[in-house]
Amino acid sequence: MATNLPKVDVIVVGLGWTGGIIAAECAKAGLKVIGLERGRSRGTEDYLRIHDEYRYALRYELMQDLSKETITIRNNRKMPALPMRQLSSFLLGEGLGGSGTHWNGHTWRFYPYDFQIKTMTDQKYGPNKLSKEYLLQDWGVTYDELEPYFYKYEQTAGISGEDKNPFWGKRAQQFPTPPMKKTPILKKFEGATQKLGYTPFMLPSANLSEAYTNPDGEVINACQYCGFCERFGCEYGAKTSPEITVIPTARKTGNFEERFHANVVEVIKNGNKVSGVKYIDTQSGEEFIQPAEVVVLASYVMNNAKLLMVSKIGEQYDPDTGRGTLGKNYCYQILPGATGYFDEQMNVFMGAGALGMTIDDFNGDNFDHSDLDFIHGGSISITQTGYRPIETNPIQSDTPTWGPEFKKNSIYNYTRTLGIGGQGASMPHKENYLSLDGNYKDAYGVPLLQMTYNFTDQDRALHKHLSEVCSNIMKEMGAKTVDIKKPITDYDIVGYQTTHNTGGTIMGSSPDNSVVNSYLQHWDAENLFVVGAGNFPHNGGYNPTGTVAALAYRSAEGIVNYSKNGGSLV
Amino acid sequence: MSEGKKNITRRDFLKTTGVATGALIGGGIIGGLVGFNMDKTDQGVSNVGKENHAMPTPRGMQFFQNTRDFEVLSNATERIFPKDDLGPGAIELGVPYFIDHQLAGQYGSNSREYMHGPFAVGAATQGYQSRLTRGAIFRQGITLLEAEANKRFDTGFSSLEGEQMDEILTAFQNDEIPMAGTTSAFFFRLLRSATLEGAYSDPMYGGNNNMDAWRMKEFPGHQMAYINLIEDEKFQKIEPMSLGEM
Repeated sequence: MATNLPKVDVIVVGLGWTGGIIAAECAKAGLKVIGLERGRSRGTEDYLRIHDEYRYALRYELMQDLSKETITIRNNRKMPALPMRQLSSFLLGEGLGGSGTHWNGHTWRFYPYDFQIKTMTDQKYGPNKLSKEYLLQDWGVTYDELEPYFYKYEQTAGISGEDKNPFWGKRAQQFPTPPMKKTPILKKFEGATQKLGYTPFMLPSANLSEAYTNPDGEVINACQYCGFCERFGCEYGAKTSPEITVIPTARKTGNFEERFHANVVEVIKNGNKVSGVKYIDTQSGEEFIQPAEVVVLASYVMNNAKLLMVSKIGEQYDPDTGRGTLGKNYCYQILPGATGYFDEQMNVFMGAGALGMTIDDFNGDNFDHSDLDFIHGGSISITQTGYRPIETNPIQSDTPTWGPEFKKNSIYNYTRTLGIGGQGASMPHKENYLSLDGNYKDAYGVPLLQMTYNFTDQDRALHKHLSEVCSNIMKEMGAKTVDIKKPITDYDIVGYQTTHNTGGTIMGSSPDNSVVNSYLQHWDAENLFVVGAGNFPHNGGYNPTGTVAALAYRSAEGIVNYSKNGGSLV
Repeated sequence: MSEGKKNITRRDFLKTTGVATGALIGGGIIGGLVGFNMDKTDQGVSNVGKENHAMPTPRGMQFFQNTRDFEVLSNATERIFPKDDLGPGAIELGVPYFIDHQLAGQYGSNSREYMHGPFAVGAATQGYQSRLTRGAIFRQGITLLEAEANKRFDTGFSSLEGEQMDEILTAFQNDEIPMAGTTSAFFFRLLRSATLEGAYSDPMYGGNNNMDAWRMKEFPGHQMAYINLIEDEKFQKIEPMSLGEM
């Protein structure tokens, strides 16, 4: 039997970036907040021995324990869905900080075009630019409305950058800290892209160029360029993450309680409101009912969608009829690129997760798509994240993958290879969606989330286009030989691609086309908020965190207002 | 760092990180940073690295139960990552011990992965769908490498010439050898990955003996910071460090 606990103002499910932001803002406003996190507590003191590629990058020490819960996956509705038994294509976070602990720190603002993609595409290219199977829609919020919240997050995180991209949305303020160091590797990219007529700029980074104190009084240290960011926590507290910023900010208020090993299995709905959540203490096995005035789902894309589905809140999307919004518009990203093999040795093992330079000449609608069979585009970057030896064995496509030639070539190339990569936007398609699985369950008897996803013709065309751009830049950089990324066919969950999953709990201007309104308030339950990249109606050509965090700050403001006044925020 | 800059000084470090400037998290970080042993002349911080090197490390099998299987594994890894004029191969690096130890633990029992049924073969795009743990796959695969050697050459795998071993490994790689509950191509991929993991992981896991694989690749292992070097045009040859030396 579940034990009933005393009611609290706000429950936050999941203590990563979004949960941390909501918790901090609500607790600062005087609301009593409980954070339920199914993983462990952790912090900088746990990362002092983090330079361990095998443990953290190969065995995924900081990531979700799939023996407890995973998702099932299939490329299309005709295939039986099977469990994702091992992490690979994307790396789900778990524990305090969530994937905000092991992210690289690329911090972008999506384009004004992203938020009004349907309107702007129709205006410029007519209503039939993409077929009706692509479910493009505006987000219900504009870049201008979000601008202060973007900045609020950048201030919290101390983002290092420079306002030198001629294409992106207008910034009211400069970046809080100057850009990172421009290394010789970055300069190669800068020179080549300038020669080709593009406009390179330093990638906005949450690995800070200098020590910084944020408006909440939290200190973020200066990056040491040690080369261990992605899949690792930062031993210096120099990669901004929830456990060094928003979580301590929430703690300081005295209004915030964290409960770890607390796995939420249901959001309890009563009429047009929710009354709280049911969770299991994963150590004792005990069940609890935690009532609250406001429930905020702030776990990852997958679990936010799943919790709504198992709690029967909202209508499941049906690709046959197009009815329902829950699970709709699941998107991913595509990773075009090129690899260049050089004669000279470079310091490839030094770096930082968000140390890079970017061009946006092929992102968003920054180039004319009239004669192209796709819309949108992607940022194109060189990043110097620190090559690590187990996973970095660069060989030309005609070299054997093991034996003497492999050994010689992979060792020779290790310090002589660079990559340029694009992050291609992903457009929603009627056949790509999330639902509940009928066969497989998690460790607590709850059905797994099912993902039905494949790349689309739009993805394939965009991938090819951007890979060619990457290849040209690489040649201009002086590579002796260049391998271009192979064209994509079907989505394969094997091999890391990106942890930029989006959609399923999308935002919008009406309950007919979205799960939540622009404050991320659920259309069917006014005291339920669903926060995260699941809100994106499509995925852009950038890493999502900056936009996720801006939406979370705006949502937090909405939650505080709702707590005073009640009712719909729109 | 080859130019005498190996140890970033404590003062430089505090200056560049800003650690000393502001409110710290608890105070845990300072305690932890002392453990980094940034300045080896610093009294009061013991350096046990050298003593550790001098200690004989007992090596034994935690997973495999007989020498024949272990030698099959050893020879197969050596064909994948052979000794050459650049330096040692998998055997001298200790890769077979690394794999043996990993198979005896979490890796070998897939304990952080979803291993519940029902099981189905699935499409290649759906990834690992075997009901077998890595431990079970290795056990079966090693037995089959030996059986295939006997079938083709009438002798055990470890008595074969290198080219004969390669022929058999290639047959596994090309999925020509039937396996129960998995495929030989999958086993080969696992074997190849595990070999590279053993060669290039921190020596504390039992492979990468003396950090020699890192030396071949010119990867400096665990270094605290490159902030003073990263803008240098010149390639930096840096003596590697292991986490065990922290």
